[in-house]
Amino acid sequence: MNAAIEFRDVHRAFGAIVAVDRVSFAIEPGEFFSMLGPSGSGKTTCLRLIAGFELPDAGVVRLGGVDVSATPPYERNVNTVFQDYALFPHMTVLDNVTYGLRVRRVPAADCRRRGEEMLALVKLADAGARRPAQLSGGQKQRVALARALINQPQVLLLDEPLGALDLKLREEMQIELRNLQRRLGITFVYVTHDQGEALSMSDRVAVFNRGRIEQLDSPQSLYTRPRTAFVARFVGGANVIDEKYAVRAEHIEVAGAGAGAPDGAVRVEGTIIDTQYQGAVRRWQVRTDDDQMITATRPEGAATPGGHDTSREPGTRVALSWSRTHMIPLAAD
Amino acid sequence: MTAVAAVSTFFYRRQTLAVYLLLVPPLLWFGTVYLGSLFALLAQSFYSIDEFTATIVRKLTLKTYVQLFTQPANLDIVVRTGTMAIAVTIAAAVVAFPIANYMARYARGRMKAFFYVAVMLPMWTSYLVKVYAWRLILAKEGILNWFLTAFGLDGVLEALLRAPGIGGPSLASSYLGMFIVFVYMWLPYMILPIAAALERVPGSLLSASADLGATPAQTFWRVTLPLALPGVAAGSIFTFSLTLGDYIIPSVVGAPGYFIGMMVYQQQGTAGNIPLAAAFSVVPILLITIYLMLARRAGAFDAL
Repeated sequence: MNAAIEFRDVHRAFGAIVAVDRVSFAIEPGEFFSMLGPSGSGKTTCLRLIAGFELPDAGVVRLGGVDVSATPPYERNVNTVFQDYALFPHMTVLDNVTYGLRVRRVPAADCRRRGEEMLALVKLADAGARRPAQLSGGQKQRVALARALINQPQVLLLDEPLGALDLKLREEMQIELRNLQRRLGITFVYVTHDQGEALSMSDRVAVFNRGRIEQLDSPQSLYTRPRTAFVARFVGGANVIDEKYAVRAEHIEVAGAGAGAPDGAVRVEGTIIDTQYQGAVRRWQVRTDDDQMITATRPEGAATPGGHDTSREPGTRVALSWSRTHMIPLAAD
Repeated sequence: MTAVAAVSTFFYRRQTLAVYLLLVPPLLWFGTVYLGSLFALLAQSFYSIDEFTATIVRKLTLKTYVQLFTQPANLDIVVRTGTMAIAVTIAAAVVAFPIANYMARYARGRMKAFFYVAVMLPMWTSYLVKVYAWRLILAKEGILNWFLTAFGLDGVLEALLRAPGIGGPSLASSYLGMFIVFVYMWLPYMILPIAAALERVPGSLLSASADLGATPAQTFWRVTLPLALPGVAAGSIFTFSLTLGDYIIPSVVGAPGYFIGMMVYQQQGTAGNIPLAAAFSVVPILLITIYLMLARRAGAFDAL
């Protein structure tokens, strides 16, 4: 079976800036695939290359096995949910949703019926006659989704679609999007800079950095076995020690200065720079004596080994230690 | 606290008062100088002129309007001017749109600045110089004729000039020539509002349209044009009303038929018939009002 999307040595530069640097990957049909990275990492350009808003300078983009490297967006069976939703302000919600059918000259009655079905699917059955300006952010989001899905695309592209929503709505939409994807069986390609979002929704995640994919893996593998220092830091904010290995904040023990460490543990001393109460956990920033910043967290209220006080103040000397079993070796960038 | 700060604080706490104080002077100026004089003029259209003494009879009457709309010569002027204004507006919109679209969507940095300056540059030079220059360009011995002859297209021009209504002995003395000068003259007033409207259309809307399967032509008719319509409407108000009111271009270039502007100029000047001049001035206002109502009904302002 052909991959839903395949990139082979795809290259795209804007003047002197290389946005996508000879990237190759394949996305399986029905996969929920996320492209994660900081802004300017190339993830959005990759999305635009799939949609056809950008064409590659070199390399091949295939959709369902067909080379679309020079195909304009309106001839690709791919639809996009835009970051700003891009709803047409001069049309009603129903006209927005049926736009894809109307430009393909589907009879008006069919347009109406299918448009209303799509609106029901995204729980906006009553909103058809309204204008986009009369909708809330979450409702606009749903309309954009309905509009993109009405063409029954092979692939749905989502460009940071939840970025403008508040936290609670964002979490609800994450679950809803995931359920929708399972139900429809369409390949979803989801661009985000929010690692939590990428990890919680995706089958696989590609971590982008400076135009290249640093690691393409399942969410669990990304979190537990980051391949590079960049991935270790960006996905879940692990401590990178000497650029050689990563240790997660929750695996670092904090003890009073001079305290010993168990056998087989690495031990360093340092000074607390900052302490934060974050509800479920308490978090310390420690500058070690060899001038590295290390973050350690503890569940709030949990007994600290050695019976030490959890609310250590900045300036306190502490001993940090971690077991060698929690050290994740990293490849050089 | 200094005195200045005390005054500032006083007004900061009484914002409504501050707003009124700031607005009253400009509103007084606007109200008296613009609207006041306009209404004074319009009021004159309800007076009439005594045909024997040629003095103005200051009694409210519709006599002047009856004269305006029943005398074939006057009606001709209204129809001629209105037709020209419509033709000029349509042509200006058709020429302006691609330029405005390029300025708003594609030109970047210096190119964009260049285009904006280039569009406005002709507006900074003398209007009269441009009109007289056009008379020379369009004359029988003018550069345009010479150019067309050099390319063997003089036959086309002659055929055009033989056309009834728009033709004449030369471009400089035909309605066609007048039309060309009007379009040239008002083009910037059409380009700038359309460009401003297009600047406000997010690029993602055009991407979304293409993404949903619309060809570039479909995107233009269904998304770009509807969203730019308020700009086209604004630009057409300029081109329409400027054409309706102008009296210099029709008197320098074109066929001898009268236009509203010339009529107003003549009636309030040499003829001394201020009521008729005022009544003629009402016609453009009426036409623009009708035009705006039609544009509104056609949905030109839905995207605002």
